[in-house]
Amino acid sequence: MSEFLTQFSRSLPSVWQGVSVTLQATVLSALLALVLAFVLGFMSRSEHLLVRGLSRVVVEFLRGTSLYVQLFWLFFALPILGFKLEPMACAVVAFGLNYGAYGSEVVRGALNAVPQAQWEAAVALNLSPWQRMRRVILPQAWVQMIPPFNNLLIQLLKSTPLLSLITISDLTFQMDQLRSTTGNTAAAYVTLLVIYFVLAYALTLLMNALEAVAKARLGQGSGLRHVLKPSSAGITDPDGRAARAGGV
Amino acid sequence: MWDWNTAREGLPVVLDGFGITLLATVLGSVVAMVLGLLIAVLRRAPTRWVTVPVRIVVEFVRSTPVMIQLFAVWVLVPSLDPLTIGIAVLGIHYAMYTSEVYRAGIDAVPQGQWEAAVALSLPRGRVWRAVILPQAVRKVVPALGNYVISMFKETPFLSVITVQEMVHEANEYGSVHFAYLEAFTLAAAIFLVASYPTSMLMRRLEKRLAQ
Repeated sequence: MSEFLTQFSRSLPSVWQGVSVTLQATVLSALLALVLAFVLGFMSRSEHLLVRGLSRVVVEFLRGTSLYVQLFWLFFALPILGFKLEPMACAVVAFGLNYGAYGSEVVRGALNAVPQAQWEAAVALNLSPWQRMRRVILPQAWVQMIPPFNNLLIQLLKSTPLLSLITISDLTFQMDQLRSTTGNTAAAYVTLLVIYFVLAYALTLLMNALEAVAKARLGQGSGLRHVLKPSSAGITDPDGRAARAGGV
Repeated sequence: MWDWNTAREGLPVVLDGFGITLLATVLGSVVAMVLGLLIAVLRRAPTRWVTVPVRIVVEFVRSTPVMIQLFAVWVLVPSLDPLTIGIAVLGIHYAMYTSEVYRAGIDAVPQGQWEAAVALSLPRGRVWRAVILPQAVRKVVPALGNYVISMFKETPFLSVITVQEMVHEANEYGSVHFAYLEAFTLAAAIFLVASYPTSMLMRRLEKRLAQ
């Protein structure tokens, strides 16, 4: 065990590099997913059947075909069609599309959950559609989106060991190297799990802070002071995505 | 480029793994349903000596990647066969989520039902079995179903511990015949065909139970 710890501290730079690769993939995919979630979410509320239908088809396709298969398809099958993406690009596209589809249900649910009276009031005040969205609807919907987005973010983080399967030297890859140099399998995997747990917890704290700030803007809660208290907001449910919008 | 002949020949190979995929999903779901219920009940235990450790375990297992959990158990317990490990790990992982679903269902049972059960001086076990759980579980069936669909789509992870489920077979076929395009497209299509109707069904069930 002590031998493992010496090795671990010696290879800290490469572990750290693995962490940064993992986080980089997580953040980039999350950004892509966020954009896609809003685009598809708004499309699903469109008055035009065609736009609504398109969003439905894309979402059901992306959710229905398994992230694992999508990633492998991009990595192994796409080059055969003549498009070769860098491994990291494959990962970001696959994760971004998949989680964006789940996220779009969150956006849709949150927009639907803003009381009808708020929409009517905004119309009555003669706000333009853009102002209505930006000033009235989105600030309220956003607060409701953050906890399910947090769940999705944790899910996304937990999917990143897949990176090591498509030749990316992420955290899992680096710890696997450490495992083979030390021969201490148990210690290496437990350390890896603990690092993932810490990362997930840090992301949750960050999202809780975001939620507190968003709530404070609506005059609810007491802002950031609330955050460091343990709260039920830290509880994740991967299919908040499913439970909220009905269906996976 | 896409070749129909390769696809036609690959289909039975890929479908061959589908049996294992289904088996893992069904058995994994049974583990998740039973263990999740147990955890949900334990979290309402009267002593912190039970609730706090349970909560820590739930948080830890839920926040760490299932792929690493699979690897860890696989390497540390070499005597177990990979499929058993896969079913157990997936089942336990998802039990952490289903326990939350059950918990919400239990919380939604009106306080009066607990009080009535106490008033009738039913023993604790009977209170759970005869009064609380039948009401709690009915409401959460669709949410549980959604986790089954999620688990179904995560079964490809089992291929990393050499379980020959569908994606493992697809990968193999792809590498031998250099037909990744056909193999993975087929796998994706099969996932879509199997999961979409199920999720539609769940949605309908949810609407009906909500009324």
